Amino acid sequence: MNLRSKDLISIKDLSAEEIGHILETASGFKDVLGRDIKKVPALRGKTTVNLFYEPSTRTRTSFEVAAKRLSTDVINIATSTSSVVKGETLLDTAKTVLALGADIVVIRHGCSGTPHFLAKNIDASVVNAGDGTNEHPTQALLDLFTMKENKGGIKGLEVAIVGDILHSRVAKSNIYALTKLGAKVRLIGPPTLVPDCLKDLGVGVYSDMNTGLEAVDVIMMLRIQLERQGKGFFPSTHEYFRNWGLTAARVARAKKDVIIMHPGPMNRGIEIASEVADSNRSVILDQVTNGIAVRMAVLYLVSGVKG
Amino acid sequence: MSKELLDKKDIERAITRMAHEIIEKNKGTRSICLIGIQQGGVHLANRLSLKLKEIEGSSIPVGILDIALYRDDLNVRKEQPVVRRTQVPCEMNDRRVVLVDDVLFTGRSIRAAMDAIMDLGRPSTIQLAVLVDRGHRELPIKADFVGKNIPTAMNETVIVQLAEDGVEDRVVLE
Repeated sequence: MNLRSKDLISIKDLSAEEIGHILETASGFKDVLGRDIKKVPALRGKTTVNLFYEPSTRTRTSFEVAAKRLSTDVINIATSTSSVVKGETLLDTAKTVLALGADIVVIRHGCSGTPHFLAKNIDASVVNAGDGTNEHPTQALLDLFTMKENKGGIKGLEVAIVGDILHSRVAKSNIYALTKLGAKVRLIGPPTLVPDCLKDLGVGVYSDMNTGLEAVDVIMMLRIQLERQGKGFFPSTHEYFRNWGLTAARVARAKKDVIIMHPGPMNRGIEIASEVADSNRSVILDQVTNGIAVRMAVLYLVSGVKG
Repeated sequence: MSKELLDKKDIERAITRMAHEIIEKNKGTRSICLIGIQQGGVHLANRLSLKLKEIEGSSIPVGILDIALYRDDLNVRKEQPVVRRTQVPCEMNDRRVVLVDDVLFTGRSIRAAMDAIMDLGRPSTIQLAVLVDRGHRELPIKADFVGKNIPTAMNETVIVQLAEDGVEDRVVLE
């Protein structure tokens, strides 16, 4: 089976079947990561360009490792050191990149919708590595992969997503993906960051941690973006931790075999207690490894769709 | 239009003979590992290992190899091949690997399989066992153990059906 589009722009565009196919493919790639020779020749001769307009270590490195494991050549362009600072437009940068021979462009941008714009205007495959507050589809796919690996399936899972939902592209992609595959989603956080209107997405909204975490299978913590502090969303990081920080006592409200996830980087002592982050229920480091397998699957599958 | 080439009994006999040949050529079953190529070779590898155990008494490790990522037509195909699991239960280093597939045709899958094996380690030998050799090789590849040689035309298809997939054991030419 092929994906319908040459690009991966958003989870919204994918069918439940396509998501399932990406996750299946990723488990084949996870095998490769456990070998001595962690490389396959599948995309030999292709070129991947990482075009990052926002700082990122984790996602960019993950895409870079994934592309290299598939034997593509990788070019990293961090816009802070490129001609973008000289005033080049996005489309001109992209066209230059294509002229260099790129087959796949992985883009992260601060403005929502940028990958969509790029995909419409160039022939290469475009993969969204996070756009503004819109979506971060590969993060959601790796989160689902990790849940499936631990719980056997997605359907019927109770998943709590805790923190700054309003500004989080990770949360949005996860909400779309999880509801498509039949999981039940609860959002927990201060009403300023988890407004009631999110109920329209078919999820539960809670402001109290203890009620929200009752009997869940998965707790997904989000990073509190410290730059939001002092903008009136919550009084102080200290108070945030007291009300919405994940402590061992709160984890005890969930099911016994709950798994704890975090897309990273973590703020220990602000959204998550160290003892919880390092506990045996935490799958945070598995998420990093799974991220490579899932991104390999995405790069492999989009490059099979001719534009 | 389809014609039955082998029935249940024929397949059983072919596997028994191939098992004996494998033992003869390798002077026993020591350090042998059977690797079935996804998907057609997997059940056959299992059957061969049962047969080897029946004859020699010791269990033979059986692995599964997916060759999708090593194919030579990834740039030409319309659709990406499905990536399946590779599960090899033992180290490949210094093993006598017997690759198992249902039909040997152009030889391209076997080339891909050998590359995939080499990425897992350095076996001492790689041998090839196939249930049907239908000719038309495009690469210099030859099977060590053949269930049946069947001359075919390019436009014909050889279909191997096995009981493990819920159908009667048979080989059909279409």
